[in-house]
Amino acid sequence: MFRNQYDTDVTTWSPAGRLHQVEYAMEAVKQGSAAIGLRSRTHVVLATVNKASSELSAHQKKLFKIDDHIGIAMAGLTADGRVLSRYMRSECINHNFVYESPFPVGRLVVQVADKAQVCTQRSWKRPYGVGLLVAGLDETGPHLYQNCPSGNYSEFMAFAIGSRSQAAKTYLERKFESFMDCSKEELVRHALHAVKESLQEEDLSSANCGVAIVGIGEPFVILDPKTLQAYIESLEGGKDDQQVKVEAEEERPAAIIERQGTAGGGGVGVGAEGEGPTDMET
Amino acid sequence: MRWESYNGGHEASEEEKQVYVGRSLMASSRPFTLMPTPGGPITHTQHPYVTGTSVLGLKYKDGVLIAADTAGSYGSTTRYKSVERLKQISNNTVLGATGEISDFQALTQLLDRLIVTDAMWDDGNNLGPLDIHNFLTRVMYNRRNKFDPLWNSLILGGVKNGVKYLGSVSMIGVHFVDQHIATGFGIHLAQPIFRSEWKENMTLEEGRKLLEKALLVLFYRDRSAINKIQIANITEDGVRISQPYALKPTWNFKAFKNPSSATPGTW
Repeated sequence: MFRNQYDTDVTTWSPAGRLHQVEYAMEAVKQGSAAIGLRSRTHVVLATVNKASSELSAHQKKLFKIDDHIGIAMAGLTADGRVLSRYMRSECINHNFVYESPFPVGRLVVQVADKAQVCTQRSWKRPYGVGLLVAGLDETGPHLYQNCPSGNYSEFMAFAIGSRSQAAKTYLERKFESFMDCSKEELVRHALHAVKESLQEEDLSSANCGVAIVGIGEPFVILDPKTLQAYIESLEGGKDDQQVKVEAEEERPAAIIERQGTAGGGGVGVGAEGEGPTDMET
Repeated sequence: MRWESYNGGHEASEEEKQVYVGRSLMASSRPFTLMPTPGGPITHTQHPYVTGTSVLGLKYKDGVLIAADTAGSYGSTTRYKSVERLKQISNNTVLGATGEISDFQALTQLLDRLIVTDAMWDDGNNLGPLDIHNFLTRVMYNRRNKFDPLWNSLILGGVKNGVKYLGSVSMIGVHFVDQHIATGFGIHLAQPIFRSEWKENMTLEEGRKLLEKALLVLFYRDRSAINKIQIANITEDGVRISQPYALKPTWNFKAFKNPSSATPGTW
């Protein structure tokens, strides 16, 4: 999109009935590296493409646990995403304190959306520059939502946001009808396939992607590199479901990932990520 | 006006009393005032006016039963005899209260707003008995911390997704769950009966009989209790609160026939 005289203020409408600042904010989401989500009847899986700003740095954290039953993947300005995730965690824990039960994910998503909307209607604010894929459970089962800088939210069976997300979406559109009855392992494999589409030339490895799962009876957990690597190998047919499950169970206590170093040939900074400043985007 | 330095409460002058200060009918030494005394605390109501007595609750095979009589006492006199002390909160929970009736009414109004807001989401999620119990605990405890308690002991019972829930909250925020609960005089007179006679998976009839037995004992021994009771039955299918009905007391005990024979010196 091109600059015009109606895009300086978020509170200025264009004659075409658009708020350009809000659209520019959504552009920031499109420039961030991809985040993918998909769900079945029992689980929701989030996957991210991880980019390190240089070979020396660690990867940006894009998967966040909000509560035992809710987690998010973000694309865009991760700093804004951190603020939103702090808000979401706070809301969840407050609800838990008053009601001793988990905050329904759909209601949390609406609260985040309302928060984002405020920033589109105040001249002294700017919209959040991050898109969230929110995976969570409520009484009616698992859900996947997207939160937009515009203040919109919608529920999805499967979705992808960020750079080269269209490739992932094409894969998801082809396969989504089978997701409902997938097992957890099958769902993760689908997610990794979708990540692969977004990565295009690069090889998938536990260094350049991240996966998180939440399910009925299973708290939100970000897969550690070893389990993730096992899943990736199972994509090539190297390992089967059972093997992956065994390795996953061995790793379960160490659920928090510790990403050290950079991708070994993970194609850092490769591709048309746009000319944006690398320390803001992921 | 004589304003003495704060000593935990001081007497206002006569003319002041006419304007600001009233004496409660409960004849306590502390007047209740609308105006905070300088250098002293705001004295909110520290004692109840119209009170309800015990509430009893127990779990049975298909759900939860809660019972209470319908008396509202005004100090030592039984002023109101048709007070509903059991209220349906949502389609799967019932709240019963001992203590100040007006505070109970304020609570039911508050809970009504809570339930309606929750229902307006219309997203398949609903507040269950556990959620409401914890919410009430927070309310009661926070009021207690402000030295302005809601003068009630509450029993909350309900069934959700097949899980039976029965909990209690006191006016200072003490809360717990159990298989059978009582408040007020019921703690001393009904709980021992429950402890020896309650068992798992009682039928509705057995549960009702046990409650009626305890209520009868309370009618004999608790001077604020009357012989008009209601029982609420909560199951997975919903809430049914019975119309008030009377228990059948027995008065032809031998010791009553010639009461003074056993007690020389009496008249």
